Amino acid sequence: MINEALVLSAIIFVIGTFGVLVRRNAIIMFLCIELQLNAVNVAFVAFANLYGIEGQIFVFFVMTVAAAEAAVGLAIIISIFRHYETVDVGSFNLLKW
Amino acid sequence: MTALLTAALAQGGSPAAESGAFEPFLPGLIVLLPLLGFLANGALALAHGRDSANAVRAGGELDLGERGSRPLTHTLPSWIGPGVLGVAFVITLVNFTRMLGVELAEPVVVSYWTWMATGTFTVDAALQLDQLSFLMMMIVTGVGFLIHLFSVGYMQDDAGYPRYFAFLNLFVFFMLVLVMGASYALMFVGWEGVGLCSYLLIGFWFSDKEKADAGKKAFIVNRIGDFGFLVAMFLLYTTFGTLDFVPVFDGTETLVYGGGLVTAITLFFFLGAAGKSAQIPLYVWLPDAMAGPTPVSALIHAATMVTAGVYLVARSSVLFALSPVGGATVAGVGVLTALFAATIALQQHDIKKVLAYSTVSQLGYMFVGVGVGAYAAGVFHLMTHAFFKALLFLGSGAVIHSMHHAYHHTHSHEDAQDMRNMGGLKAHMPITWITMWIATLAIAGIWPLAGFFSKDEIIWQAAAFGGAETAPYPLLYSLYWAMALVAAMLTAFYMTRMMVMTFHGANRTGTEEAKHLHEAPAIMWVPLAVLAVGSVFGGWINVPEALRTSVLGFGGALPMSEWLHHWLEPITARAHEVQLEHLGEVAHAAPIGGGEVAWAIISTVAALAVVVAAFRVVGAQKVVPAAQSPAPTGFAKVLYNKYYVDEHYDRFIVRPILGASRFCWKVIDATIIDGTVNAVGWIAKGLGWGVSMFQTGSVNTYAFILTLGVLVILGVSIF
Repeated sequence: MINEALVLSAIIFVIGTFGVLVRRNAIIMFLCIELQLNAVNVAFVAFANLYGIEGQIFVFFVMTVAAAEAAVGLAIIISIFRHYETVDVGSFNLLKW
Repeated sequence: MTALLTAALAQGGSPAAESGAFEPFLPGLIVLLPLLGFLANGALALAHGRDSANAVRAGGELDLGERGSRPLTHTLPSWIGPGVLGVAFVITLVNFTRMLGVELAEPVVVSYWTWMATGTFTVDAALQLDQLSFLMMMIVTGVGFLIHLFSVGYMQDDAGYPRYFAFLNLFVFFMLVLVMGASYALMFVGWEGVGLCSYLLIGFWFSDKEKADAGKKAFIVNRIGDFGFLVAMFLLYTTFGTLDFVPVFDGTETLVYGGGLVTAITLFFFLGAAGKSAQIPLYVWLPDAMAGPTPVSALIHAATMVTAGVYLVARSSVLFALSPVGGATVAGVGVLTALFAATIALQQHDIKKVLAYSTVSQLGYMFVGVGVGAYAAGVFHLMTHAFFKALLFLGSGAVIHSMHHAYHHTHSHEDAQDMRNMGGLKAHMPITWITMWIATLAIAGIWPLAGFFSKDEIIWQAAAFGGAETAPYPLLYSLYWAMALVAAMLTAFYMTRMMVMTFHGANRTGTEEAKHLHEAPAIMWVPLAVLAVGSVFGGWINVPEALRTSVLGFGGALPMSEWLHHWLEPITARAHEVQLEHLGEVAHAAPIGGGEVAWAIISTVAALAVVVAAFRVVGAQKVVPAAQSPAPTGFAKVLYNKYYVDEHYDRFIVRPILGASRFCWKVIDATIIDGTVNAVGWIAKGLGWGVSMFQTGSVNTYAFILTLGVLVILGVSIF
């Protein structure tokens, strides 16, 4: 049972990673990051079945952090949109010196 | 001053003197008063600062208005400057009379506070009151007071008048610290302080680059000497663990006679003395120092500061007595300087330059005195020289003052100091003429003036020392004696030449200018007259015992002989013990026979003959004004150009040092050191620029690199 769960987790994670790397739309990239986080959650739950309750507790932490991240990230995306009128990450390069 | 002195001597057995112990009367105030004068005058100078500084930059002329309506900044210094010195002199006199009848074998040390204390080494701010320091204090405050008075007349119309008196008072303060300090450390404070004031006053008219440079030269040459003073102090400290006079001199009993240590100490001290007292090879600054106002030349560069080196040797007499090499060096450099400077003075045309070289020469005599163990004779000449050389300088100041006024009236730009432009001034300024003749005869060594007794004593002691039972280098001292005699004859010649060119013959100032030549005002000629009295009678306080009953000593009419010698005995006793122990009795005949009286008569008759001869020879010469004078030729040219010593110093010392400094600056500092530092900066900058290319600012790139990094780490940790 654990193997199938881990394979599922890996597939979802790779999809998320691939999305972050190739998509240009900030919202889509954001969704892909959520995919990665939830892939990890699947793995946590699967391991919790084997090793104890701590895995499930960690899932709640991840969800909390994901929620906070969504709030901050969406706010940033909105303000970028207001400024550039686009959410295409290729059209701005703010993250440099 | 001397009249007071002899009066005080006559009542040697007064009741106050018999009280036993010496009670110093406000000794601290003597030092403090000039300092207060400096602060007051300095405040006035600052109050008037911008106006006078601008005026000096614009060429020294400031419209001060009539003498009656001047601002307080230019009237108060006339009272403060000489005033503080006058009071200090009176206090010194009170102390001196108290000290007269007291047998003071040990110096009185008045300690005020601890200046510094580090571990076992402490230096107190303490004053040493003994016979030598009191003699120096009398000279500094007494002659200084007269020169301050003269300055009131001489400098009154100068824009920087308050600044002048501020510096002059500060100088006296440091000079008093120098002679009264109870340790070498405190003496060094005064030593450096007088050097600073000398620099400030030589460059008093700082808008003239030549004068500012002369000040710098004096300061830098003195630094070389100060290095010697410092090294000698370090040696004393490592030997005795203290710099206070009393324990150091007590500790000298452990020193080996003629040992390397004491020789090194004395030679280093003498290097310092040679710098301050303008001896070969460091004398070059003193003739240039004549750029300062003439009263400054009289006070600092003739009467007081330049004699500090002689004071140093006299104060350290026991050290110099312990080192025959040190003593011979002191006397040798002294006699060489005396002869050398006297020859240069023969061909100078600037009246102050003649006097400057004469001062260098006379300082040489003083060093001969202290070098041959005749410390009292050296100090005696220091005292009489303070009288007659201050008088000569002040007299030349009166002459220059008058000449300057004459040229000022006709807007002429002739040199007011060039003797070729003078001549016949005796008709215009008789008081200056007479007083300066007195000083000239005194310095020439004509009996019975002051210079005869002091200079003859030194020359005689050089011969006597060389003839001592086990004297070191007896032939050398005989040579010193002969050289000193020759230099004395040269002194008589160049001084008479100066007097004839200045005061006698036809006037060469110009017909229009001559109408404006005038005698100095009373405030200037009164100090001249007082100093003339000193130049006549100053020598009578130390008539040698051998001369006392002869015709030269007035057939025994004087109340005392060798008074100064006995007065200074507590200071020199230790040195004389050492000398007696190792050398035995000094001789009583000159190297080629003849006693003291015979040689005294010979030397004064010879000097008189030279004066008369010079009067006739120079008087017969046709002198033409400076503007029409031909350039000197032959040996006269060499003398006129001072043996090209300045040029040689420039070529062999100044330029190599400048070149080395330029090399250190341009090559080592600017190229190598700065280059290395800058290269490090450039490398960091280039690296940063290269690495910054990775920061595209695009989220995708960062995400890709991040993923790549995770994969690499995973790959490494798995395989």
